[in-house]
Amino acid sequence: MTGSITSIRQARNTHEAEGDQSSHALPYALAATTLEHAETHIRFQDIGKTYSGEQGPVRALHGIDLVVRKGEIFGIIGRSGAGKSSLLRTINRLEQPSEGQVLIDGEDIGRYGTSELVALRRRIGMIFQHFNLLSAKTVRQNVELPLKVAGVPRQERQQKVASLLKLVGLENKHDAYPAQLSGGQKQRVGIARALVHDPDILLCDEATSALDPETTQAILALLRDINRSLGLTIVLITHEMEVIREICDRVVVLECGAIVEQGPVWRVFGDPHHDVTRTLLSPLQQTLSDDLKAHLLTQPLRQNDALLLELRLNGTNSREPDLGLLFSALGGQLTLVKSAIQRLQGRTVGHLLVSIRHSPHAQEELIKRARRIFDDVEVLGYVAAD
Amino acid sequence: MSLLIDRLWQGLLDTLLMVGVSSLIALIAGIPLAVFLVTSGKGGMFEAVRLNRLIGSIVNLFRSIPFLILMVALIPFTRLIVGTTYGVWAAVVPLAIAATPFFARIAEVSLREVDQGLIEAAQAMGCRRRHIVWHVLLPEALPGIISGFTITLVTMINSSAMAGAIGAGGLGDLAYRYGYQRFDFMVMLIVIIGLVLLVTLIQLGGDKLAKAMNHRT
Ligand SMILES: Nc1ncnc2c1ncn2[C@@H]1O[C@H](COP(=O)(O)OP(=O)(O)OP(=O)(O)O)[C@@H](O)[C@H]1O
Ligand SMILES: [Mg+2]
Repeated sequence: MTGSITSIRQARNTHEAEGDQSSHALPYALAATTLEHAETHIRFQDIGKTYSGEQGPVRALHGIDLVVRKGEIFGIIGRSGAGKSSLLRTINRLEQPSEGQVLIDGEDIGRYGTSELVALRRRIGMIFQHFNLLSAKTVRQNVELPLKVAGVPRQERQQKVASLLKLVGLENKHDAYPAQLSGGQKQRVGIARALVHDPDILLCDEATSALDPETTQAILALLRDINRSLGLTIVLITHEMEVIREICDRVVVLECGAIVEQGPVWRVFGDPHHDVTRTLLSPLQQTLSDDLKAHLLTQPLRQNDALLLELRLNGTNSREPDLGLLFSALGGQLTLVKSAIQRLQGRTVGHLLVSIRHSPHAQEELIKRARRIFDDVEVLGYVAAD
Repeated sequence: MSLLIDRLWQGLLDTLLMVGVSSLIALIAGIPLAVFLVTSGKGGMFEAVRLNRLIGSIVNLFRSIPFLILMVALIPFTRLIVGTTYGVWAAVVPLAIAATPFFARIAEVSLREVDQGLIEAAQAMGCRRRHIVWHVLLPEALPGIISGFTITLVTMINSSAMAGAIGAGGLGDLAYRYGYQRFDFMVMLIVIIGLVLLVTLIQLGGDKLAKAMNHRT
C-alpha cells in the first residue's frame, strides 16, 4: 500500500519536470489543508431525484446538501444503486434534479437554456468507465470533436489536440482507432477529450474500474497531475477505495440516496463512523486473521495468557505510533500481531494489534497508559500461551 | 443474335437504372426517416411520441403490402407523377416507395444499436442534437447502414424483375418474354446468370465497403 503511493508519486514526478514547480513542490498535507479555505465551486442544495421506473417511481436521491471546493479532488462512494451516478450527472445536467438546485460558481444551472447549457458543458469535462470513444473516429478526431462542434478554427483545433495528446502521453497514436488501443490508452484519449475545452471541472464516473491495477495507478497519477497543474476541480465516483485513498482530498458516502458521512479522506478512512463506510472500507481494513480469531478467549485461563489490544489512531490529534513510548508505558513482553497504520494526507491513521504478556500492570492500568499514546484502545481478548 | 445481345444489354441497363434510381431515393429518404424513428420515441432526442407512432405505422403499412399489389395499387399515383404507367421510370415510383420503408427499418436497427453511452458522452462534451446525429449516430451506424443498403439493392433487383414482368423493361421483362412466353431456355439462362452475377457483385462490394468502414475491431 505504501508501495502504490510511492509509485503514483514517482509517476507524477516524471510529469512535473514541465509543470509549475512551486505548486508541485507542496507537500501533500499542506496542499490538502490549504484547500480547506478554498472557495465553493459546486454547491448541491437539497437535491432530490426521482426516476419513473417500470414499477413506479424510484427515489434515487433526497436531501443532498453538499459543497465541492475549487481545486479539490472530491470522491463519491457508496454501494451499487446508492445514487452516485445520479448525483454526479446533475453537475452537467445529464440528469435534471427533481428537487433542489445545483449551483456552479454560484449560478443555478437548472435555469440554463440550451445555449447556456451547452456552454456549461464545455466547461465541464467528463470521463466514463467504458471510455465512450467514437469507434468510427481516430484518436485525433475523437479529441477534436468537442472543438469542432464548438466552431473552433481548424488550425487552433489541431494545435490543441496535439498538445493534449502529448499531455496524456499519446503523441504517436493520433491516427489509431480506439479499437486498436489498450484500456489505459483509451482512457487517456477520454481524458484528452474531456480537457480539450480547458474545463474547470472534471467528472469521472468509475473512470478506472475497467482498468488493471497498474494502469489504474498511471491514470490516477495523470488525474492528480492535471488537478495540480491545471487547478481543475475533480469529482469522481469509484468503488475502489484505494483510488479515494490515493488521490481524493475529501469524500462523501452515499447510501440509499442520502449522505451518511463526509469529510477529509484521512478522517473518513481513518475513523469511519457509519456502518456503510466500514463495509465499503473493509477490503482495506485488516481485521483479525481467522486462526487468531479461533484461538481468542474472552477471559484469561492462565496467568500468562496474552492480552490482545487494538490501538487506534484516527488522525485528529496528529499522534504518531511511537513504539518505544508504547513499550516503556506497557512493559512486559510486547508483541506486534498486526499493523495497519498508514499516512493519509499527512496524518497517521489506522490501528495496531499488540499482545502483552507478563506486564507489571493490571489491565485497566494498561489501557489507561495506552490511551496516552493512541486515540482509542480496545481489548480484543486473550490468547492462550502455548 | 446481335439483336438479342442488344436486348440483353438494354435489359441490364434498364434493371440497373430502375434499381439504382429507386435505391438512391430510398437512401436519401430512408436515412432521415430512420433517424426520425430512432430519435423521436419516448425519451429520445427529438421526442415526438405521437408523430413517431404515426410514421411508424405508415412505414409498417407499406412494409406489409406485397410488392406486386403495391405496384398495382400505386398505378394512379405513378401516372400522376411520371405521366405513364409503362416503362422504366414508371417502375421507379413503386420501387422507391417500397424500398424507402424497407431500408429505413434496416437502418433504424443499426442506429438503435449505437451505444447510449456515446450519445451521453457527446452531450457531456457540449454537442447539440444535430451534432449528435451527424457526428455520432450516423458514423457509428454506418457499417450497418451500408449492409442494410446492400440488402435493399438486392431486394430491389428482385422487385424490379417483378415490375419488368408487367411491362417495365429490364432483365425481368426479357426473362418473362423470351423464357416464359417463347420457351427460349437460352435467354432465361443468360438472364439468370446475369442476375446471379449482379447480386453477387453487389453483395461482395457492399460487404467490402461495410468492412472498410467498420473500425470497431
Ligand atoms: N434512468 C433511470 N430510470 C430509472 N431508475 C434509475 C435510472 N437511473 C438510475 N436509476 C435508479 O436510481 C438509483 C440510483 O442509481 P445510480 O445509477 O445513481 O446508482 P450508483 O450509485 O451510480 O450505482 P452503481 O454503483 O451501480 O453505478 C438506482 O436504484 C437505480 O436503479
Ligand atoms: Mg453508477
